[in-house]
Amino acid sequence: MTANPLQKAQGLSELGVALVLLGLGVTVLLDASGLQAGFGRTGGIGPRAIPYVIGGALCVVAALLALDILRGGRGEQEEGEDIDLSHGSDYKTVAILGAAFVSNILLIERAGWPISGAVLFFGSAFALGSRRTVRDIAIALFLSIGSWYLFVLGLGIDLPVGILEGIL
Amino acid sequence: MDGLSLLLDGFGTALTPMNLVYCVVGVTLGTMIGVLPGIGPAMAVALLLPVTYNLPPTSAFIMFAGIYYGGMYGGSTTSILLNTPGESASVVTAIEGNRMAKKGRAAQALATAAIGSFIAGTIGTMLVVLLAPSIVRLAVQMGAPDYFAIMVLAFIAVTSVLGASRIRGFAALLIGLTVGIVGIDPTTGQQRLTFGVPQLADGIDVVIVAVGLFALGEALWIAAHLRRASAQITPTGRGRMSREDVARSWKPWLRGTAIGFPFGAIPAGGAEIPTFLSYVMEKRLSKHKDEFGHGAIEGVAGPEATNNASAAGGLVPLLTLGLPTTATAAILLAAFQQYGIQPGPLLLENEPELVWGLLASLLIGNCVLLLLNLPLAPVWAKLLRIPRPYLYAGILFFASLGAYAVNASTIDLLLLLVFGILGFMMRRFGIPTVPAIIGVILGPRAEVQLRRALQISDGEVGGLFNTGFSRAIYAIVIVLLLLPLLARLLRRRSIGDGGGATEGDVGDPGPGSDGPATPLTAEHAASAAEERARTELLHRNNERTWT
Repeated sequence: MTANPLQKAQGLSELGVALVLLGLGVTVLLDASGLQAGFGRTGGIGPRAIPYVIGGALCVVAALLALDILRGGRGEQEEGEDIDLSHGSDYKTVAILGAAFVSNILLIERAGWPISGAVLFFGSAFALGSRRTVRDIAIALFLSIGSWYLFVLGLGIDLPVGILEGIL
Repeated sequence: MDGLSLLLDGFGTALTPMNLVYCVVGVTLGTMIGVLPGIGPAMAVALLLPVTYNLPPTSAFIMFAGIYYGGMYGGSTTSILLNTPGESASVVTAIEGNRMAKKGRAAQALATAAIGSFIAGTIGTMLVVLLAPSIVRLAVQMGAPDYFAIMVLAFIAVTSVLGASRIRGFAALLIGLTVGIVGIDPTTGQQRLTFGVPQLADGIDVVIVAVGLFALGEALWIAAHLRRASAQITPTGRGRMSREDVARSWKPWLRGTAIGFPFGAIPAGGAEIPTFLSYVMEKRLSKHKDEFGHGAIEGVAGPEATNNASAAGGLVPLLTLGLPTTATAAILLAAFQQYGIQPGPLLLENEPELVWGLLASLLIGNCVLLLLNLPLAPVWAKLLRIPRPYLYAGILFFASLGAYAVNASTIDLLLLLVFGILGFMMRRFGIPTVPAIIGVILGPRAEVQLRRALQISDGEVGGLFNTGFSRAIYAIVIVLLLLPLLARLLRRRSIGDGGGATEGDVGDPGPGSDGPATPLTAEHAASAAEERARTELLHRNNERTWT
């Protein structure tokens, strides 16, 4: 195994994964200890047993993972048709995507899905490098308004209409 | 024979105009999704779950089943025409398939894949029809300890067989099991891991977890690594399979079916291993060994048939035991639960219309798929040119739409984001997502069975092993757990050719990638070489463990 700088950095951040697993395990254990053993139990196990097992196992796996990483083991990053792993992660794209996603959460009940969905689509396309603004906006609005009609009229599932009430 | 007569009733259900429409919509969507890079059948079914809330369950499942099969057909188109490793099930097809395409024989490769898929899918579905009733007859006698044992087997199999690292597999499983705990404990009514948030009391909706892990997580991960230069698409070309092509294909089709079906039916983690076995087998049996590595048609026909047969095989445990063996099957199981239908031995009795209608429509769908794929392959291939920003923006868009539509709550969108980030991180650090979703879905059911078994035995641990069946299952579990240790011991004994490096090599991300942006051709050559190296590696490993 040749350790290039990229892999070394991944090793350090992977220890963080072990830490997260440990934290999760401790949380599960603490939560389980706060439960009542269960009333009228005739043999069998109460609600605490399984969380104790899972929480304990999480702590063990966290330790084993840390050990594996320290011995040079590395997680294999997922591949795919559109994935190019020769560069590190592009967190700027992910951040803009996240922003588009969060703005949908904030807008959906205030401005309605036809607006918030369009913002989400446009923002995501922009984040992923599309720069044909007019076409992007047109597609975004077509999708969000079209899906609103499809859900509300076609499938009978309510989506917030928001400020466009009365227009659509 | 009862399976066959029930199947005829099933055709009565499947051949109603509305259900035919859902079948055609399903297989068309499935093919489309299979062709589109970045979307797999698991993601597709997850995204469609919310849309089908108001459909009758039979129609919804007919559509889902179409997607399940269609995705396999479409996946082969991508792997033959695009020289990049895609979904795990079609990686093997890409080895010979893309070489054939480069030699101008893409049309023949696509045809042998489509016909092989058709034959395997049809035989596989018929096997489900014939086997399901007898398995159910055995399964109705199973008690809580047996069910618990089977679920333990599923957990262990999905973590040990899949992926390169078992520790990471277990980590994924435990994350899933933890998510499964969240909510009110059914027997005592106490809230577990809800942290006082009322929306969590009903547990986390499986749809949200599935869409988060498979749609949002995948889209974010791809976005962070988007290939800026689009991959080369080999033109589909023209021509039909010659007589010689057919003569060289039909045996691999049948052999592939024979390998794929049993592997799909056991919880051994999808089509990765059987497709690979099929490839190795065809290479050994072929009279044209020299063509392997340069586009041998047997290397496409065998694995593609295997792929589809294992998809059909996966329906056996899903319908008879309620046990998913792949991510897609796990999400189908979640769909059953969404409709309040309990998959398991009673399913065939309680919902005969649904089950037999589903199986009949799979046979119909298979014919439709053959018609859709043989002449229309060049049309599907155009989908590969879709601008990537729109594709992935669309996935985010539909993921949000679906997640919101489940309960019309913004909390669900926040949860979706949380699981999306989790899915991203899991992909980043090589933690497989399939064990996690299996854990979320099977975890609560396993707990119910465990508590029931111990209730019956009055707390005696022995109550978990008091049937011959459960003991047999635990024996398999122990073998699965010890297998890598045994393999390592054997390897150490027969060492001498530096075989100890095998495990480390698999985890090596993109060798030779530290140089600056290499021109496209060189990059492709490198990735092809890597692919071949990995195949050889797996090959060697397999020879050690299986022979």
